[in-house]
Amino acid sequence: MADEERQPSALIGVLLTLGHIVTSALQRLGYATRFLIMLLRWSGQSFRRLHLTIREIYFSGFQSLLIIMVSGLFIGMVLGMQGYDTLQRYGSAEALGVLVALSLVRELGPVVAALLFASRAGSSITAEIGLMKTTEQLMAMDMMAVNPIARVVAPRFWGGVLSMPLLAALFSATGVFGGYLIGVVFIGVDNGAFWSQMQASVDFRYDVWSGIVKSFVFGIAVSLIAVFEGYDAEPTAEGVSSSIKSTVVKSALAILALDFVLTSFMFREAG
Amino acid sequence: MPTENLVEIKDLDFAYEDRPILQGISLDIPRGKVVAMMGGSGCGKTTLLRLIGGQLRPSRGQIRVDGQSVPALNAEELYALRRRMGMLFQFGALFTDISVFDNVAYQMREHTDLSEEIIRDMVLMKLNAVGLRGAHALMPAELSGGMARRVALARAIALDPMLIMYDEPFAGLDPISLGIIGQLIRQLNDALGATTIMVTHDIQESLHIVDYIYFMSGGKIVALGTPDEIRASTHPFVHQFVHAQADGPVPFHYPAKALAQEMLGGGSHGG
Repeated sequence: MADEERQPSALIGVLLTLGHIVTSALQRLGYATRFLIMLLRWSGQSFRRLHLTIREIYFSGFQSLLIIMVSGLFIGMVLGMQGYDTLQRYGSAEALGVLVALSLVRELGPVVAALLFASRAGSSITAEIGLMKTTEQLMAMDMMAVNPIARVVAPRFWGGVLSMPLLAALFSATGVFGGYLIGVVFIGVDNGAFWSQMQASVDFRYDVWSGIVKSFVFGIAVSLIAVFEGYDAEPTAEGVSSSIKSTVVKSALAILALDFVLTSFMFREAG
Repeated sequence: MPTENLVEIKDLDFAYEDRPILQGISLDIPRGKVVAMMGGSGCGKTTLLRLIGGQLRPSRGQIRVDGQSVPALNAEELYALRRRMGMLFQFGALFTDISVFDNVAYQMREHTDLSEEIIRDMVLMKLNAVGLRGAHALMPAELSGGMARRVALARAIALDPMLIMYDEPFAGLDPISLGIIGQLIRQLNDALGATTIMVTHDIQESLHIVDYIYFMSGGKIVALGTPDEIRASTHPFVHQFVHAQADGPVPFHYPAKALAQEMLGGGSHGG
């Protein structure tokens, strides 16, 4: 009897929780969309002060160079070793250059660079904006008739969007150099074959361009998540720390999911 | 046609979602006066400042500043009005990434076309008024709490506002800094021909410097008068406040069950 009574109430409880999750997710999505519209609306004003965006390109882009290039080099070197190991079994070690370049330009460059960018620059953007909110700096700015979205958010967003494709390109370039270092310099794959096969097989339209498009889309996703999480942070120490965590987790998931979607479109196009 | 009162509030209600904060507030702030809003923590004083500054919208009632209805203004008009308001936040809310000088120069650079030389002279004059001309090159992190408050004060008066609002200007200051800030609030108001609204719970300091005091409790105005009237008041709330008694109309205890019941009940802690 008691069980019969409990069952419907448990079901209602589950439904209520589910309903709450769905409505709050939708509400947040709506809020994020409104935020994006505001961001785009105020971007014009922020571009009129170009030095603000350039400053953010320096902080997000230039200061991420070291981690991006070192990681690219290592990934390229690992690709060189693994690729050689597999290719030489089929007697096609000269194709190492193609393997390294295609893996980097199409996939690893944009994806790994974006993941690194999210944890290096995205998290610091969220922390900075979140702390400015916590210390009432954003509110003070608003009271001084300066729009915080134009002054603080938009420059950081565009700084990230513009930096990302450049960082991904540099990641791929240092990665190819890493593959060359291991394959040609240390293992002794033929230098001419390494480069000429790469040149012949890497297509600008399908390979390089698709990598650029991907990194641009990842740049938009990571930058938007980073500025939104910061702006929307609960103004407490706990709130800011949870927003930073959110930026890293959501960016990683967004990058991987978007990569899947973009890759499937690009394959269809290529085929 | 300037009205006699700079700020006029009539039948104002405000609620956060369904939690009422302010109920039926009506008050006038005459031009040129220094007015204190007093009351215990959480009685809605700061909310009232935010309503006057247009950061929140009332659920009912009127707020007029210099004859303009604040809730009816669009974003542009509101910013135009805020350029004529200065606000000092509780912890200063200085921009931590720029120097003291740049903090005070911020609004001048944002809202005027003045040359850097004129801005330099104006900033140094404002800093001189708060006694910190010598500290112009310091970063906010290098200032003591009292100094940061004075810099924030210089920033709030950067564009010679008609209305200056202070949110807890005395909180957390040593007696010397407290006295200095109190004197500055009065002097700057008179020198600039401005009007001042000060939200505070520091009764003794306020009685020295203000022209008029409003007492708030539970989202309502419970008493008002000049400092002399307040000192002589027999109103139980005012009496408790002026004489700093722990218990009275404002209870010492947060609402709870009777202590004996709580002790005997057991087991439900934190539930």
